[in-house]
Amino acid sequence: MSSLLSVGALADGSWLAVPAISFNIEALGDRFWSLTIEGLAYGSIYALVAVGYTLVYGVLRLINFAHSEIFMLGMFGQYAVLMLLGFSPSGNAYAEGAVMTIVYLGIAMIGGMLISGGAAVGLERVAYRPLRKRNAPSLVFLITAIGASFVIQEFVHFVLPALTDGELGGVNAQQPIRLVEQKEQFTIFGASVTNVTLIIIGSALVLALATDMFVNRTKFGRGIRAVAQDPTTATLMGISRERIIMLTFLIGGVLAGAAALLYTLRVPNGIIYSGGFILGIKAFCAAVLGGIGNLRGALLGGLILGVMENYGQILFGTAWRDVVAFALLILILMFRPTGILGETLGRARA
Amino acid sequence: MSTPVKQTSATPLGRPHAGVGDRFRLWWNAQSRPAQWAFGVPFILFIALVPILNIPVLTTVGTNFGAVMAQFGMIALIAIGLNVVVGQAGLLDLGYVGFYAVGAYTVALLTSPDSPWNQTGEGNWLSQDWAWLAVLPVAVCITAISGLLLGSPTLRLRGDYLAIVTLGFGEIVRLLADNLGEITGGGRGLSQVAYPQLGQTEANPGGLFSAGNVAGRINSGVWWFWLSLVLIMVVLLFVGNLERSRVGRAWVAIREDEDAAEIMGVPTFKFKLWAFTIGAAIGGLSGALYAGQVQFVTPTNFNVINSVLFLCAVVLGGQGNKLGVILGAFIIVYLPNFFLGRTDLFGIPINGNEIANYRYLFFGLALMVLMIFRPQGLLPARQKLLTYGRQLYVAARRTAKRQHGDAGTGDQHGTTGAEEVSR
Repeated sequence: MSSLLSVGALADGSWLAVPAISFNIEALGDRFWSLTIEGLAYGSIYALVAVGYTLVYGVLRLINFAHSEIFMLGMFGQYAVLMLLGFSPSGNAYAEGAVMTIVYLGIAMIGGMLISGGAAVGLERVAYRPLRKRNAPSLVFLITAIGASFVIQEFVHFVLPALTDGELGGVNAQQPIRLVEQKEQFTIFGASVTNVTLIIIGSALVLALATDMFVNRTKFGRGIRAVAQDPTTATLMGISRERIIMLTFLIGGVLAGAAALLYTLRVPNGIIYSGGFILGIKAFCAAVLGGIGNLRGALLGGLILGVMENYGQILFGTAWRDVVAFALLILILMFRPTGILGETLGRARA
Repeated sequence: MSTPVKQTSATPLGRPHAGVGDRFRLWWNAQSRPAQWAFGVPFILFIALVPILNIPVLTTVGTNFGAVMAQFGMIALIAIGLNVVVGQAGLLDLGYVGFYAVGAYTVALLTSPDSPWNQTGEGNWLSQDWAWLAVLPVAVCITAISGLLLGSPTLRLRGDYLAIVTLGFGEIVRLLADNLGEITGGGRGLSQVAYPQLGQTEANPGGLFSAGNVAGRINSGVWWFWLSLVLIMVVLLFVGNLERSRVGRAWVAIREDEDAAEIMGVPTFKFKLWAFTIGAAIGGLSGALYAGQVQFVTPTNFNVINSVLFLCAVVLGGQGNKLGVILGAFIIVYLPNFFLGRTDLFGIPINGNEIANYRYLFFGLALMVLMIFRPQGLLPARQKLLTYGRQLYVAARRTAKRQHGDAGTGDQHGTTGAEEVSR
């Protein structure tokens, strides 16, 4: 009972125990840079998933609760693609040299993106569009999303193994196919940077920049912002709202698919039917943290959440990682109820 | 902005093509109080006797029917509590399981021998001789306080932000239970939680409510079901009266349009906090029942997925309608158990275990389909003038009869019920 603090003796001199939460500040100081880099890697995954939440929220004012399952489908999608390429479970794909590794990475990422993007658009068609036609209030959308989330999870849990002779899905996590052999590339301030971390942060950065460019600089992006700002006026200006909504789901899904591949690089054992849930919630936290509906907010929120949660798990212990993430969310919302950057997807730009 | 489900508004008064449900509701509301009791009491008695009547198809095969009904009783309580928050005040709470956990853990921490918080020895405060019934109000109070603590910083948030913050809270409670191993026993949980000590006999040393009482038709599950029925009725009375009071009207106003309510002088924050606290207290009550019934609490029972399931019960049954959410709770608990272990249904061979396994798939599909075709739930709530609702129904019916009686004499009796009430 050494880690228990005792506060106040009771009448007979016995003690009421309350737990002491130990602060391991030394470890935080020692490993600051490696924690930061690791946190940025996780954070960029959160950021990519958060973009899906934030764009859909901006356009439809809807928490797409099933987005975590879109991400999960992306993990299975890239896995299926790798299996189609002939890799066996628990196999390694990095034996054929750097060029082939990059090719395989690209193919797997595109596979995950296609599956996730397709699933997101399909979800929109099947679940949300009928509700929009009926002008349903937002709680109805949210509950449909929860229902869809159940359906997708259970599909992978029970139906997918039946369809694939038990090769995909089921109760257990998939045997990992390792695409990249983790190697230290260089060090920053004494913290080692591995190739996996580099790939994750690099690809996330490229994708985030591309999305930001797309939303802020192209015609389609202008359409998205217009619909987010005022759907009726946007329709009057000749923008097809339905198409923009589909496009929004597609972008969110594609980014979730990419994030799924990056996540499996970092956590090869995470490919399981329930694997999207907590990550999805955290990505949503990231979106809210940055200001939901705000694209750059989602990216920033993802990075902040990833880094802070990594510091927190060293400060308080690994078991407290999720607690830190949720507590951070509650704290920030108390002081900035619309997130760090505010809700501004629809704000007019010159 | 949260825009809660708009209820189908107009009362079906005098509408010629009202549905069966509407007609029943109209008929029911026109009965006098004694007549309502005369129908209601036998119905409740019938419900209470369902687990021991052994009705052929209804009785579950794979699991003990008494235990299923006990679980239904607890989930029904939860649904009623969550209905106050979601259905009446329109606050989307995705972390309701957190309150359920707080209630259960309060009972466990005060009574389980594994807990470090009751080791002060015989005769002292915080000893192990707290009875279950004595802990029950403590659990309710502590859960209410936890609702207050969570609500006061977060209820200034609107709609979707509130949903995610409550979701985070639910997760935090579970993680705390999991991580504070020295107190909560971590993943091992706390065992030998107290339960009502009643009717100990030699054959049955634990008493009627003990988990060991499994023999016979009236087992512990049935006793817990009966206890929860009593509690449900008490809570229904409480919540029903609240609903018809100033508080209830304030909740409806907040649910329909928070800004408008605030402008009309409703202190929205205060009433939202009330809804949250009362909802939490009911959740804690259910959690205390749960801890007593299974005599064992572990963090895995309080997953966020359960929060979602509770919300399903409320939405499925019809948010805002107390009977509806009880029906929803029954469906959520009963249907999977109905299929468990069943090999044929009306002569058709089925694989019941498989179907029970797929329950989340079916719940998900049911939710999606329901939201498209009947978003107000199976038994939708009707908006009515809450305070004068009864008188209005009675008056309207009287007027309608009178009009019907002397249709020839023209329109001089053609006052509407509402006018009659207002006079």
